[in-house]
Amino acid sequence: MATTTSSRALPVSLMPPPLPTWKRAARSLLKAKWPILALLILGIVVFMALFAQHITPADPNRQNLIERLKEPMTYNPDGTIKYFLGTDGLGRDLWSRIIYGAQVSLAVGVMAVMVGGLLGTSLGVVAGYRGGRVDDIIMRLADIQLAFPFILLAIMVLVVLGPGVWNLIPVLGIGQWVTYARIARGQTISQREKEYVEAARSMGARDRRIMWDSILPNVLAPLIVIASFNVASAILAEASLSFLGLGVPPTVPTWGGILNESRDQILAGKWWPAFFPGLAIMLTVLSLNILGDWLRDFLDPRLRGR
Amino acid sequence: MGPYIVQRLLQSVFVIIGVTLLSFLTIHLDGDPTYLYVSERASQEEIEATRAKLGFDKPLTEQYFSFISGLMRGDLGMSIRSRQPAVDLVMQRLPATLELTLFAMLISTLVAIPIGIISAVRRGTPTDGGIMLVAMFGQSIPGFWLGIMLILSVGLQLKWLPISGHVPVIDLMLQGDWGQALSNIPKAITFLIMPAITIGLFSLSRNARLVRSSMLEVLSQDYVVTARSKGLSERVVIIKHAFRNALIPVVTMLGLEFGFLLSGVVVTETVFSWPGVGRLVTNAITQRDIPVVQASVVVFAVLFIGLNLIVDIIYAQLDPRIRLR
Repeated sequence: MATTTSSRALPVSLMPPPLPTWKRAARSLLKAKWPILALLILGIVVFMALFAQHITPADPNRQNLIERLKEPMTYNPDGTIKYFLGTDGLGRDLWSRIIYGAQVSLAVGVMAVMVGGLLGTSLGVVAGYRGGRVDDIIMRLADIQLAFPFILLAIMVLVVLGPGVWNLIPVLGIGQWVTYARIARGQTISQREKEYVEAARSMGARDRRIMWDSILPNVLAPLIVIASFNVASAILAEASLSFLGLGVPPTVPTWGGILNESRDQILAGKWWPAFFPGLAIMLTVLSLNILGDWLRDFLDPRLRGR
Repeated sequence: MGPYIVQRLLQSVFVIIGVTLLSFLTIHLDGDPTYLYVSERASQEEIEATRAKLGFDKPLTEQYFSFISGLMRGDLGMSIRSRQPAVDLVMQRLPATLELTLFAMLISTLVAIPIGIISAVRRGTPTDGGIMLVAMFGQSIPGFWLGIMLILSVGLQLKWLPISGHVPVIDLMLQGDWGQALSNIPKAITFLIMPAITIGLFSLSRNARLVRSSMLEVLSQDYVVTARSKGLSERVVIIKHAFRNALIPVVTMLGLEFGFLLSGVVVTETVFSWPGVGRLVTNAITQRDIPVVQASVVVFAVLFIGLNLIVDIIYAQLDPRIRLR
């Protein structure tokens, strides 16, 4: 009786057990080369941010006008490196400032995405689940925001409130909510009529419980992909605003801020105070973008190679 | 077509009201906005006088209506520093900004399309890989840093292009001096190249990726397979059958693209000392000249919304499916 099983349909017990997600993720990461490199770079940046106090060779804010604009790889008389990346126009150690700069960039990037993601996802799920008037209002708000270059509004808010991390994070977060809301809404609409939602409802679950416990976990995948790209764009936006002097106060070293201070030295041909912070921004953003691409392929294999 | 235009127009009006409301409320975010309009050493009487003059002692709704009625008359207050109408300052600088934005848009579209097609046609080859890697870099470089690096390398080291300066074109056209405007174009382009690349590289990269994925989508469609099996040459298949349909998502992007480039203008103009609205905004930020910042935001928004409206209407004309949606 059992021997009549056709070759096409193996009994379930003979199929290899499905790998847990993280194992499949690790395998797919190892197969692709770039994401590994990206992960490595991000690891270094995170390490720099977390342990800045312990690994910086000098105080990032200590000025030393005699030692201003020293070139990269300046050595001590005893042959050890004194200034790895040189010094800026006020004689501050550039390498130390860039290490500290990682703190602000990462913190602002991640927290802005958390604010935007939380806000956008909640509104999107509610809009998709409730439909009707609520949906209309939320989506019209989204249209208004999309019809407008957001950075301009961010500039205005920061001019009024003054620069600072705690003003910057909500501003950048609010700038991003629409993307999450639109995707969460679309996904929710497609999930709303599925059987598992029906099942939860017939067991007497309230709407709030259905939205957060049943639907949310099933709409999360594309949102995670968007989040990884948005950390990158939040870091870029923070750098632009710091470059305009609207990011954080000048005493806090940030990549955009260091770049801004370096502008006076460019015409004198001193390239390093501008080159290295920009390189740091680019490598971080590039890594996040590459990882985002990989994550999208991994979570939605239909898009692979597109 | 008629009902569609009316609907889109209403939508735009709605959005403009939303934007003005936002830019109005922003000023009030930090409580009494009077302090934004006076110097730090202002006396109590000066503060009172300014508050009364600008109407900040009136109820918020009344202030909003006078803001709107001012807006209708093209009046967004006086610049604090130069004592000129803020809108006039913005309008004077607008032609230079438009030149930069349009040129950046031209570069980012014209270069992206062939690159994206080549990449899609040679999918999986080193050419494709190389192009996509460069595009990935292009989307990750902060614009202002690219600008500074261009100034350092192309401008100061190689001395190929001027690092700052501007030759007017659109401004002359508006004054009716077309002959001078046209003869200025070659010179103007030498000044435009570096800032335009700075603003446009991100869009260029994104467009190249968009063209590629849209081409790949189209190339797997039945009508392309049919065209190939009819024995048409590959060139005809790609240009006549695939490309035209692959262009649809790219055209959709163009309207939004303009707004995106406009927001890149602020930092880029600062880097290249370009005499446009972006630099006006940066200077207004450092001088805390709120009316000028506000006027720039509103002018940019109206421009952006108007442009999107036009793009959408043209688009609906071209593709009837949009109207029926």
